[in-house]
Parts: sequence; C-alpha cells; structure tokens
Amino acid sequence: MRFFEAVRLAFMQLRAQKLKSGFALIGVFIGVAFLIGAWSIVNGVNSYMTDKFAGTLVGVNTFHLRKRPNFTPNVTDSTWRQWARRPRITFEDANAVAAGLTLPVLTAWSSEDRGDVQVGTKKVSQVSLNGATTKYFDIRNIKIAEGRPFTTQEDKAGAAVVVLGNDLADRLFEGQDPIGKFVRIRGIPYRVIGIAERRGNLFGISLDKFVVAPALSPIQREVNPPGVIDALMVQAKSEPEMRSAMEEAEAIMRSRRHLRPRQDDNFALETAEGVLTFWAKINRYLMIFGPGLVMISLVVGGIVIMNIMLMAVAERTREIGIRKSLGARRRDILRQFLAESVTIAVIGAALGIGAGIFISILLNVATPLPATVAPSSIVLGIVVGGGVGVLAGVYPAMRAARLDPIAALRHE
Amino acid sequence: MSRAQEFRTGDTPLPDIVILTHKLSREYDMGSEVVRALRGVDLQIRRNEYVAVMGPSGSGKSTLMNLIGCLDTPTAGEYWLNSQKVSDLADDDLARIRNKEIGFVFQTFNLLPRASALHNVELPLIYAGLASRERRDKAAEALSRVGLADRMDHKPNELSGGQRQRVAIARALVNTPSILLADEPTGNLDSTTSQEIMGVFGELHREGQTVVMVTHEADIAAHAARVVTLRDGLVATDQLKAA
Repeated sequence: MRFFEAVRLAFMQLRAQKLKSGFALIGVFIGVAFLIGAWSIVNGVNSYMTDKFAGTLVGVNTFHLRKRPNFTPNVTDSTWRQWARRPRITFEDANAVAAGLTLPVLTAWSSEDRGDVQVGTKKVSQVSLNGATTKYFDIRNIKIAEGRPFTTQEDKAGAAVVVLGNDLADRLFEGQDPIGKFVRIRGIPYRVIGIAERRGNLFGISLDKFVVAPALSPIQREVNPPGVIDALMVQAKSEPEMRSAMEEAEAIMRSRRHLRPRQDDNFALETAEGVLTFWAKINRYLMIFGPGLVMISLVVGGIVIMNIMLMAVAERTREIGIRKSLGARRRDILRQFLAESVTIAVIGAALGIGAGIFISILLNVATPLPATVAPSSIVLGIVVGGGVGVLAGVYPAMRAARLDPIAALRHE
Repeated sequence: MSRAQEFRTGDTPLPDIVILTHKLSREYDMGSEVVRALRGVDLQIRRNEYVAVMGPSGSGKSTLMNLIGCLDTPTAGEYWLNSQKVSDLADDDLARIRNKEIGFVFQTFNLLPRASALHNVELPLIYAGLASRERRDKAAEALSRVGLADRMDHKPNELSGGQRQRVAIARALVNTPSILLADEPTGNLDSTTSQEIMGVFGELHREGQTVVMVTHEADIAAHAARVVTLRDGLVATDQLKAA
C-alpha cells in the first residue's frame, strides 16, 4: 500500500469520525497556535527593541554619561545604595568631557523629570519634562514638525522657551496653533517655539508627551538640583568611534574624580546595548518558558492523540482483522494508523498556524505589543505537529499491526 | 483414497493438487494444559474441487480453516498451497499468500461498515499494489459477476444479508485466488438466501473455481462434490459424491 493510499484512507476515517478527530486535533492546535503566537511576540518585540526602542530612548551610536544606569533591571539593594552614594554629574563634568573628547561627536545635556504642564485651566500630568541643550534633538532624532528648536543663544541664556511633543500639543491646544503661545510649568510661563513630529508609542506609552526646554532655563529647578544634570549624551559617527569616545570619557571622568587604578568607576557610561542586554535577559526567559509551555501543550496534545488512536485500534480491531485476512501486511496496518495520527496532527498544526497568525494580528491591532510572525515558526509548527503525530501514533499503530488476525476477526 | 498422491516428508505435491496437508498438527498452549486441536490431518484437494468440511464443534474445523487460510501456522506437519510450502513462511509472506491465493467468505460477511460495496471489493487489490483505476475496474467487474452492478455505491447497512454475502464473495474473487475459502457462508442467512448463495458457489465451481467450505449443516454440505468430516482433530470420513 502506497503512502498516498494511507493518507487518503486517513482522510476517509477523519471524515467518518469528525468529533473524535476534532478532539484529537485540539491539543496540537493549541500548542502550535501558542507557539506561533508567543514566537511572534518575541520576534516582534525583538525587532522593535533593536530598531526602535534602543534608537529612540538612547540614540544610535550614542552613550550617556550618568551617575547610574538608567535601565536598571534586577539590581541588589547594596548596588542601589552604592549608586546612591555616587557624586552626581555636574555642569563642569559635562563640559570637561565634552571639551576633552578628541573624536568628532555631538554632545548634549539631558535632565528629565515628570510633572504637570498647564495652559490656562487645562492641565496634563505626568509629562516628561526635559532640560537639554541644542544637540539633544539631533542625538535623539527628534524632528521638528512646526516652528523650530531652540537656538544656541536661547540655550546659553536659559530662555524660557519650549518644544512640545506632538501629543501634548494636541491635548493642550486642541486644534489651535500653539506656536508663540505660552504653557506653564510650576507656574512659570514658557513660550512654545516648536512642535515635534509624532513619534508614536512604545509598549502603550506615548512618546509624544514631553517638553524640551533649554537646560539653563527655569526648568532646571524642576528636573535637578542646581549645577547638576542627569546625563551627558554623546553621539559618535560609528560604533567603533563611540567605543573610543567612551574610553576617552571614562579617562576624563576618572581623572576628574581622582579615582585610583584599583577603584571602580563611580559613574556609568550607558549605551543602547545596556537596554538591549536587559531585553536579551527577558528574551532568554521567554525562550526558556515559552518552549516549555509549548512543549506541555504538545505533550498533552500527543497524549490525546495517542489515546484516541488506541481507542480507534480497539474499536477497529475487527477491521484490522478483515484487512489482514485480505492480505494487509504488518507494515500496511502500521502505515495506515500512523498516517491517520500524523494527518490529525498536521491538520491540527495547520489550523494552529492559522490561529497563531490571527492571534499575532490581533495582538498587533488591539494591544501595544508589537507582534510579527516569524516564518521559521511556521515551518517549526508543521514539523513539530507532524512529529507529535508520529510519536503519538507509533505505539497504537504498532499495537494494531501486531494483532493476531484470527483473534481480530472474532472480535466483536 | 485412491486418487490421492502417496506423500512423504520431503516430497513435492503434484501440480494439480492445490491444497496438501501432511500430518498437520496444531496445539494450543493454554497454560495449564495443551489443547491438541489438530492431531495430524492428511488432506489433498485438487484444482476445481468443491469440498465441504464438516464436523461437530471442537472437531478442529475452525483450526483447519485458519491453517488453510494462512491466518495461522501449524505446530507440526506440512501445508502446501499451490505447490508452495507455506507451513513455515513468515508473517509478511503469509499476508502475501492470503492476498493472492485465498479468497475468504465469512459467516458474518466481515465487510467494512463505513465503506461502499465497491471500496470493500477493492481492498485486496489495494494490498496487491494495483493503481486506483485498475482497482476500480476489477472491483466493478467482480461485483457485476455476483449480480450487484447496481449496488456498488451502497454501504453494507443498505444491503440485504444475501447482498452483503455477494459483496463478500466478489471481494474474495477479485484477486483471482487459487481457492475460495468459506466459513459457514450461510450461517447468518435464511434458507432462501442460503440457496441463492449456494447457487453462486455452484456456478463459480462450474467456472473452474476451487471451493472449500466449512459448515455444520448437512443440507449445505450436500451442495459440495466431496465431504470431509473431522472428529477430534483427525479426518474421520472423506466421501466423494456420485456426480
């Protein structure tokens, strides 16, 4: 009996026993749907993290000189205490590093806090308030949609001018042109000179709810103690140049801080890599638990298929006897039952792939999670589904093939 | 029995002897005791004979039937089918013999309930490895031969008992076997239908088919040209009917 014949028989059997086959499908279906869905999240978030997140939050080929890293997953209390004791980054530190770097780089000060922004009686809370210098916009790739960024003069003078995030401008001014109007931060008025282009959101958090004012403007009182900034951002032209610049910055800071060779840095140089390392860590957990969950559902699916196949063998003992009496060899019977379980599993996997793709589309539309289906996961889904079918089918099929024809024929 | 070949171990049967058993024994190990179902049966059946095997229950009819049908292997003795010694063949070879040389007709018809008459008749051809068109043609031809050309797409539960047994006969004949082996073929049929089926058997016999039939009904056995009676695992009588 040819393979094709066995598959055709399997389909006949599935059609004849829809309900039972349906149950058998479900296990593999769920497993594969989960596999595709979960993988699409990991995959989507992964490309999101590398393409957008790191570039947006930190900047391409950029490092930040900070008191402590900004992305701080899982640090111990003692590390926190140690970080808290570190001296802050002062204007002088920032100037010395900016002046001391020999490579062509862009530098900008950056300080951030959250607070309210008001226009008349309208108030938006939890706005990211940034005190920065002119190159901040270039480094973070913030484009100005309307108006202009602040000038070096405004920067130096600490003029009370402000660039608004797109979303924030919409909410505060609702259709009016904000340019030239005033917003109030802690009662102090700032003239709006520019609106940034829309940046979208990240994990559901709007990236357009911010204000940027000159570092020396009154906003500095909101974001940091006098003479202190959160970070000096340094953007190099390429990654190797960034590495060299980091070494230079480290040397300058160590000498300014009078650190002895044995002493650790009491400041942090953070790159996008730091963020990505954090993501890689999450990714690793997903890669451990994700497959674990997929495995569990596939094992359950396999057991269901095996049981249904064993039931089928028991129910169809007489059929097996008839087939054997008509000349079916062991391998014919084996192939027939194996084809049946593989067909069930592969159909389950195919439906699961469909559902997985649907889940990922749904996630993309309905939640902030970015999900894209990985082509390799589809291939894996089919292979894993078929594999489950084979594994779950072997034992029942062997039992069927080994039946004694005389006893099988007599079976009621 | 003058017509039989004097057969000794090591001999080969004459070409026109389809079935030859020599001291054929079958014992069942039931754990506490050994049941000797056949105790050395010597039987020879020529091409185009019509033989009925009779005997009370426990006489070894079924065991002999299973051995002749290559569903079982003997514990001792020889069995030659169509000049081939099959008593010591392995499982897969026996399956091949069943497929090519033997056509079974069972008391309970043993059709696949969910398959059409045509598909049921096709089954032996599937295992013979025929292509699907050839199978269909042959199966259709076999069904026409038993007068069921218009019932090919019917499922067994849509057919009468006699029609079911005709489908089974078509299935038995479709691969042109050396012997038609029937086990109580009329056991589940009323007397009218039984006569009808016996008519089919008689016709097949006239067309040259070798028929071996196990039955315990004397009037059914009367249709055969030769009646072999078993008792306690041995051949008790072997009578040729006057033609």
